[in-house]
Amino acid sequence: MTKDEIYKKVQGVLVECLGVDEDEVTPQASLRSDLGAESIDFLDIVFRLEKVFTTDPSKPFQIPRNELFPESFEPGLVEDNKLTDAGLAEVHRRLPHADLTELKATRDAGLVQNLFAVQDVCDYLERKLG
Amino acid sequence: MRWIWIDKFVEFIPKVSATAIKNVTLAEEHLHDLYPAFPIVPHSLIVEGMAQTAGILVGEARNFQEKVILAKIGRATFHRLVRPGETLRFAAKIEHLSEQGASINGTVTVDEESVADIEMMFSHIDQNMAGLEFPEHNFVFTEQFTELLRTYRLEGKIAL
Repeated sequence: MTKDEIYKKVQGVLVECLGVDEDEVTPQASLRSDLGAESIDFLDIVFRLEKVFTTDPSKPFQIPRNELFPESFEPGLVEDNKLTDAGLAEVHRRLPHADLTELKATRDAGLVQNLFAVQDVCDYLERKLG
Repeated sequence: MRWIWIDKFVEFIPKVSATAIKNVTLAEEHLHDLYPAFPIVPHSLIVEGMAQTAGILVGEARNFQEKVILAKIGRATFHRLVRPGETLRFAAKIEHLSEQGASINGTVTVDEESVADIEMMFSHIDQNMAGLEFPEHNFVFTEQFTELLRTYRLEGKIAL
């Protein structure tokens, strides 16, 4: 599957799931602040992606919990809900396009969900399908 | 007291689908509140009927151990009005079920005529992504609720 095909499918999922217009879904758009996603929407997005990327029903495409949208971090990455240096590096590895300025200043692990952008979802799927 | 909005399950396939019916009667006071002299079932209560049907289906899938809460109505499209004397049929099908929750596709009919198509999501709130904490006891599926399931005539279809 090409990058364009993946992007189109992701765009369709986000339009359906979040009730936004197609032109609002840009690679840089943040799922939370630009597209208005709430916590339940992240689960909805995962369900819909699993559906649209399943080509063979006998081999359903699955996105394990915590893989696309991390809700919790392994010990060592977070202490008292604050990201450690290793945790910050992990977020940067997973979300290379995200602006980490606020996260670096506050280290607040709860802010990570605010950082997901459309491109991060596409990058994840490219790696997963690749 | 729990508000009951479905009368009976007519089909229940655990972890897959469930169908419940509700008989609409002119004796229900709320039917008269929306449009005077033109009693109809409000759309919001049609959604509620689907939420109850689907919520029990989702709860049963985890042996009523999770606190199952309606979290999102993705879409609700209505095709016709429902009047007193008619029987609503709520058919819910699980699209996805995971540790964190479930998504449902629902269709509502009267005499095989389409009334509504509804997509909804339920959250297992102790597994939610918002990191919120809730009371330890299961305030959704209580002992009183088990009695309610008997009223719904689910004996033999699921383990109570």
